[in-house]
Amino acid sequence: MHLAYPAVLAVLLFCTGLYGVLARRNAILMLMSVELMLNAVNLNLVAFDVWLRDTLHAGQALTLFTIAVAAAEIGIGLAIVLLVHRNRGTADIDRLRDLAETPGDADAAVPPQPQPDTKAEATA
Amino acid sequence: MTLAAASHGFLTPSGVEIAFVLVGIVTFGAALITVTTRQLVHAALWLVVALGGIAVEYLLLTAEFIAWVQVLIYVGSVVVLLLFGLMLTKAPIGRSPDADSGNRRAALAVAVASAAALVWVVVDAFRATWITLGGAAQGSTEASGRTLFQYWVLPFEALSVLLLAALVGAIVLSRRNPEAPPAAPAPGAATARAPREEQR
Repeated sequence: MHLAYPAVLAVLLFCTGLYGVLARRNAILMLMSVELMLNAVNLNLVAFDVWLRDTLHAGQALTLFTIAVAAAEIGIGLAIVLLVHRNRGTADIDRLRDLAETPGDADAAVPPQPQPDTKAEATA
Repeated sequence: MTLAAASHGFLTPSGVEIAFVLVGIVTFGAALITVTTRQLVHAALWLVVALGGIAVEYLLLTAEFIAWVQVLIYVGSVVVLLLFGLMLTKAPIGRSPDADSGNRRAALAVAVASAAALVWVVVDAFRATWITLGGAAQGSTEASGRTLFQYWVLPFEALSVLLLAALVGAIVLSRRNPEAPPAAPAPGAATARAPREEQR
């Protein structure tokens, strides 16, 4: 098999995930795109392992480790997203703007939703 | 290089290559639908198709064990976790008009530019490289287990510690309001928390 086939497929999947990470608004959809990017990397690892005929099978072992790390990442990530949704009432990324610096209102330190903010401090 | 190019022709693809390309097209299409659909639950279900397609690609690359691990962990647990997350964050059923944020065009430009650059580099680098898939399977369960527990034992154990830490971290993060001192929040906070309790 030509090595370009799995490599090109991995590139396309990675860039699809890149688009999803940059363009999606919901945090869980963004996590799905991160999974796509991780899978692209795994496909590359397996393809190059099979091509090089590595005696240690480093590529496949690293793929297994990546899958386990991705499982841990999705667990922690979903816990964080659920916590944000519980405190703020939304999981949209571009509405979490408490740390954003807008050039106009430097003195407007009051967040737009003060009520969920106090709740966040109360639950933290 | 010319010998390799002579023994493998571009115009005479083998059956494995044809299957790989077909499954790859399906996988890529499912991934595209995953990142562009406006129905959030459908995105998770198309992600199943994409991840299953990648599992089939692993099988075609003779990495059997990783294919089944992919099916077990990704399709079996990660997507189920994502669906649970969508349910718990009250994702709207049906089309949601604001699934994409405002920087969609910039994201499309970045993705297309990086895809073009990477495809060009990869095709140029591996133009005359072939994988020989003959012989015994490279990633059978026996071979994978043998290498994993002969040469990769220490990373394996470190990974188990990482998984334990992730488990504890997820539990700590998702535990709701542990032993909050009742006098600490303002008097309005207790009444403000009550509607949130029932909305959960």
